[in-house]
Amino acid sequence: MSATSPAIAQTRFEPRLMRRKLSGTVFLGLCLAAIGVLLIALLMLLVDVFGRGWPWLDGAFLTGAPSRRPAAAGILPALVGSLEIGLIVGALTFPIGVAAAIYLQEYARDDLVNRLLRTNISNLAGVPSIIYGIFGLALFVRALSLGYTLLAGALTLVLLILPIVILASMEALRAVPDSLREGAYALGATRWQMVSGTVLPAAAPGIMTGIILAMARAIGETAPLILVGAVTFVTFLPNPVDGGYTVLPIQVFQWASRPQADFQGIAAATIIVILLVMVVLNALALFVRVRLSRHIQW
Amino acid sequence: MTMPAGAAGLLTRPPRRSERVIEASLFLAATVGVLTTVGIVIVLTFEALEFFRLVSPVAFFTGTVWSASIEPLQWGVIPLAVGTLMVALIGLVVAVPVGLLAAVYLAEYASPRTRNLVKPMLETIAGIPTIVLGFFALNFVTPVLLKPLFGSGLGTFNALAGGLVVGLLITPLIASLSEDALRAVPRGLREGAFAMGATRWEVVRKVVLPAALSGVMASIILAMSRAMGETMAVVLAVGTNPQLTFDPLESVQTMTAFIVQISLGDTPQDSLQFKSLFAVAATLFALTFGLNVLGNRIVARYRNAYS
Amino acid sequence: MFHPRQARIGALLATALIVAGACTTSGATSKPTDGASLTPAPTAAASPLGGAIAIDGSSTVYPISEAVAEEFQNANPGVKVTAAFSGTGGGFKKLCAGETDMNDASRPIKTEDKPGAKSEATLCKEAGIEYVELEVALDGLSVLVNPQNSWVDCLTTAELKKIWDTGSTVATWADVRAGWPADPIKLFGPGADSGTFDYFTEVINGKAKQSRSDYTQSEDDNALVIGIAGDKNALGYFGFAYFEENQDKLKLVPVDSGTGCVAPSNQTIADGTYQPLSRPLFIYPSTRALERPEFAAFVQYYLENVNGFVDEVGYIEIPADRLQASKDALGSALQ
Repeated sequence: MSATSPAIAQTRFEPRLMRRKLSGTVFLGLCLAAIGVLLIALLMLLVDVFGRGWPWLDGAFLTGAPSRRPAAAGILPALVGSLEIGLIVGALTFPIGVAAAIYLQEYARDDLVNRLLRTNISNLAGVPSIIYGIFGLALFVRALSLGYTLLAGALTLVLLILPIVILASMEALRAVPDSLREGAYALGATRWQMVSGTVLPAAAPGIMTGIILAMARAIGETAPLILVGAVTFVTFLPNPVDGGYTVLPIQVFQWASRPQADFQGIAAATIIVILLVMVVLNALALFVRVRLSRHIQW
Repeated sequence: MTMPAGAAGLLTRPPRRSERVIEASLFLAATVGVLTTVGIVIVLTFEALEFFRLVSPVAFFTGTVWSASIEPLQWGVIPLAVGTLMVALIGLVVAVPVGLLAAVYLAEYASPRTRNLVKPMLETIAGIPTIVLGFFALNFVTPVLLKPLFGSGLGTFNALAGGLVVGLLITPLIASLSEDALRAVPRGLREGAFAMGATRWEVVRKVVLPAALSGVMASIILAMSRAMGETMAVVLAVGTNPQLTFDPLESVQTMTAFIVQISLGDTPQDSLQFKSLFAVAATLFALTFGLNVLGNRIVARYRNAYS
Repeated sequence: MFHPRQARIGALLATALIVAGACTTSGATSKPTDGASLTPAPTAAASPLGGAIAIDGSSTVYPISEAVAEEFQNANPGVKVTAAFSGTGGGFKKLCAGETDMNDASRPIKTEDKPGAKSEATLCKEAGIEYVELEVALDGLSVLVNPQNSWVDCLTTAELKKIWDTGSTVATWADVRAGWPADPIKLFGPGADSGTFDYFTEVINGKAKQSRSDYTQSEDDNALVIGIAGDKNALGYFGFAYFEENQDKLKLVPVDSGTGCVAPSNQTIADGTYQPLSRPLFIYPSTRALERPEFAAFVQYYLENVNGFVDEVGYIEIPADRLQASKDALGSALQ
C-alpha cells in the first residue's frame, strides 16, 4: 500500500461520469443507427422490387412461357425448373449429408484424418459458388457426359450445399445430450442402434430444418447454373435428362439484362416469386422444427 | 461419441458385421467432402496448367492489360484482380462498421425481444438470392442513390454500386460471427470491469472487444473471401470493362464476372479464351481458399481458447 | 425405435420428395417428343411436329430468330426451340461442331483460310457439315450516344476510325474533334465473337477484328444499350433494331462517309445511302438438320414470315427478289 494521502488520491482521479456516460450513449446511438441502416436498406430493396414487379404478377404470368413481349411473358418453365432442381437437390443431399454428419459427429475418433475431414467441410462451405459451377462443368457436363441438362445442374448444386447441410446436421447432432446416448448404451444398444433409434430422432428437427434451408439456398443460386448451361430462351417445360432448362434466378438475370422498363418489371415480378418461394420454405422449416420437436424434452 | 465406462464391457467383443458395414458407408459419405475439394483442385490445376503452357505465368500475374478476345491478346490478370479487390473492399468498408456495431448491440445491449427482431432481419438479408441484389444495384442503387450524388461522373455500370450491395450481403456474416466471438468472452472479464466502475461502453471498448479481437478479425477475413467470390451481385451492376483503375465510379470487371462472360458466350472448349477461364478461376480459388483456411483456423482457435 | 409419429412424418416427407421428383419430371414435359437429340435423327413422318431445334449466333439477328422461335412454338407445341446469342463467330464454331442446327450471322461466313487459322467454311467442310446461306434482313449498323450528348451531330468515318482503331489514344471527346468537351469518352461495343464487331472493324478500321480493346465489351447488345443510356459521355455501336426498341434512351449519330451526313433509317438502309454500315443479315441452317421435318418446317416458316418479324423487331426488309432467292436456295437444299 502506498503512502499517498487521501487528498492527493482524490485530486488524481476524476470520474468524469457525465462524459463517459455520454460517449456510451453516443455509441449506443451508433449501434442503433447501424441497425437502422440495415433495416432501411432491406426495406428499400423490398419496396423497389414489389413496386416494380407487383403490377406484372398475375395468373397468366405464373402459367405462361417467356416471350419477347413482356406483356405476354410468363415464368412457368423457370418455375418448374426451379422446383425440379429443388426437389432433386433435396432428395440427394439428404442421405449423403446426414450420413456424413453422423459419421463425423458420432463415429469419428478425434484423430488427424477425421479432424482433416471436418476442417475440409468448413473450408468447402466458403468456396465461391462459381467455382462449384466450374467443377460441375468439368465433372458432370463433360467427364460424365451428362451434357447441359437439368440433372447436371442439380448435381452441381448438391455439391454446393452439401457442406452446409453437413455442418447444420452436425450442429443438430451435437445438441443432443450425451445422457440419451448413454442411456441407449446402457440398454445394450450397438452404436448404430443408438444413433438411429435415439440420436437421429432427437436431432431430426434440426436436420430437417437445415435441409429445407439449404434447398432454399439452392433455388436462389444463379452462377453455378450459368456455368453448366442453363441460359438460353426456353419456352418449354424442362425434362431433367434432356437439354434445355432454366430456373427462376436465371430468368431474372436474362430479363434484367434488357433495357426496356417492362422487362425490368417482369424481372422484378419473378423476384417476388422467388422471395415467396423462400418465405414458404423458411416457414416450412420453422413448422418442421416446431412440430417435430414437440416430443423432445431435455 | 462418448463412451461411458459402464458400457465398455458391452463393446469389448468385436462389433457385428452390419455395424462395420454401416460405419464404412457413413465414412464414404463423409469423404464426399474431401473428394470434392480434391476434385476442384485437380480440375482447376490441370486446366490452368494447360493455359500456362501457352501463356507465361509471369505475364499472367504481373500483366496490367487484359484483352481476352481482341487482338493483340493480352493476359494480365491484374485489372481483374483489382476489380475484384475494389468491389470487396468497398463492401468491407460498409459491412465492417455496420456489422460490428450490430454485433456489439446484439451481444451486449439488446434485450431478448429486440434480439428476436434484429436476428431475423439479419438472416433475411443473408438469405436474399444474390441476383436480387444485383438487380437492386442496377435499378435502384445506381439511378436513385448514386446518380444524384455523383452526377455525370458516374455511369450505369460502376464498382461502387456493386461494392455497396456486396457490403449489404456480407454484413450479416460479420455480424453473426462477431457476435459469436463477443459472446465467447467469459462473463468474468466483463464483471471484473464493471466491478471497477466502468460504464458499459467502456467495458465493450476496453475489455470485450480486445478479447474478441481475433474472432472479429476472422469474421472480416471470411467476409472478405465471400465478397471476392460473389458473382451475381456484381455481374449486373459492375460491367464488363476490364480496365485497370482505382476509381470506384468507373466500370470495371471482376474475376467472377469475367468467368460468367466467357461461359455465356459459350466459347469453344479448347480455345485459349476458355482455358483462361480456368486460370482466372484457379487464382480466385487460391485467394478465397487461403482466406477461408486462415479465417476458420482463427475461429477454431478462439473457440477453444475460452472453453 | 422411432417415435411412431415422427417416423410417419419423416417417411411421408421423404416419399413425397422422391415421388414429387419423379412425377414432375415425367409429367412436366409437353407433348411427347422423340428425345432431344440434336444430331439429326430420322423421325416418323407424323403430325403434329415434335423434336428439338438449337439455334445460336449473332445477337444482332437474335431478336428476329427469337420472334420466329416463339411464334413457331406457339403453332407447334411439340417442338422445343432453344435460341442463344454467343456471337456470330462463336455460333459458327458450334455449327461446325454439330452442336447447333442453325447459326444466326450478321456477316457472311468466312471462306478465306489464313495461315494458322482455318476459315469457318473449311472447318465446317472438314467436319462434314454443309449449310445454306440465307439472307433474311438488312441492318444499318448504328452509332449511338447518350441523349444528353448535345455536341455530336455527325461523325465521319475517319473520326470513327480514329476512335476505334487498334492503338487508339483517343481518351476524351476533345481528342476526336477540336471544340468538343474534354470529358472522357466511354466506349461500348461488341466483343470479338460478334459479327457486328467483325463488320464494323472491317469497314471502319480497314481490317476485320482490328480494334482497340479498352472498352466495355459485351456480346449482349442489351447491356450496351443500358450502358450508353446511363452515361452522358458514352459512345457505342450495334444493330439498328436495338436503337428502334430504345429510342427514348439513345441518340442516333449520322455517319459521313464522304458524301454528307446520313442517318440510318428504313429508307437510307434499303436504298443503300447509309454507307458503309449497311449490311445484310443471314441465317445458316445446316443441311443435315434440314432432313428433320420439324427443322425444315421451321426454316420454311422463318422465310415465309420473316418480313413481318423484321418490321416488328426494327430491321429492314430485303428486296423481294433477294428474299425469293433465299427461298429458292432453301427449296433446292430441301430436295
